Amino acid sequence: MSLDLAGRVAIVTGASRGIGLGIAHVLAAHDAHVILVARGAGDTLEQAEQQVRSGSGRVLSLAGDVSDSATAAAATRLAHREFKRLDVLVNNAGVLEDGLIGMISESRIRNTLAVNVAAVLHFTQAGARLMASGPSGSIVNVSSIIGTHGSTGQMLYAASKAAVIGATRSAAKELAPKGVRVNALAPGYIDTAMISALSPAIHQQRLDSIGMQRIGTVADVADVALFLASDLSRYVTGQVIGVDGAMLI
Amino acid sequence: MTDLTSLTMRVRAIFIEALQLDDGIDARTLRYNETDGWDSVGHMTLVAALETEFDCMFETDDILDMSNFDKAVDTVRART
Repeated sequence: MSLDLAGRVAIVTGASRGIGLGIAHVLAAHDAHVILVARGAGDTLEQAEQQVRSGSGRVLSLAGDVSDSATAAAATRLAHREFKRLDVLVNNAGVLEDGLIGMISESRIRNTLAVNVAAVLHFTQAGARLMASGPSGSIVNVSSIIGTHGSTGQMLYAASKAAVIGATRSAAKELAPKGVRVNALAPGYIDTAMISALSPAIHQQRLDSIGMQRIGTVADVADVALFLASDLSRYVTGQVIGVDGAMLI
Repeated sequence: MTDLTSLTMRVRAIFIEALQLDDGIDARTLRYNETDGWDSVGHMTLVAALETEFDCMFETDDILDMSNFDKAVDTVRART
């Protein structure tokens, strides 16, 4: 049993940057065919394609709004048309909206739940059928330590990422008889553009809360996603795996 | 263009196999949640079997609308 993904087909949402780009890269490096899905303009996706292309598999991309079910249908149809199979689905796309209770607008609530939750449901619905028609499948949902533990000023984000965990556990039970595994990652404080807006004081506070005394890297998360995508995790489903260096919040 | 008679027969054969129906059943009487075995679990089995047989992918709305045999035939015809 190995990490070799040759011949396997993966869809990664939110794949134009950050954790999604890192996961797409590591899957491609292990020879999977990878379909990148992101809202980004053509240039952004083209750049991502070039960055991801590193193994023997093909790298394709699809621009679209992940919260629109038509994007999920189009991505799955692309996998079906080009490869006739889907082995790995990484629901990574997400938005981080901080806001104290009483200061969260309805539009931010709608947008966050659409991107962080509805997109996961759309892609799972579309992807699971194609997966189930193949030998096996693995869905990896990217949640957050905020979804498992909560955090001041992040009620909205926490609610959306907790919903991802509920979806993960339910889908794992429903899809297990079909050979499709469903797990979630709960990254802690990871060095991506998402945290660039934090003040130096908050940044230091977060760093001080990490037992391993360093910020997490995209590679730290991507390697766990690779494990969940591969047959090394063949008997693991319905789990939420923290990737947080013993962060306390 | 797929031959309609042939397509209808193929869809009927998939129904019988996926829902474990009697060979002699009148396909036009088949209805979701009324026909034995055609519950939500059976529906997903049926959808997967149709997608495999006709090498196509349905949309979620297609699946939700596929509430009787004729609609299933229409959906398959539209997607193939």
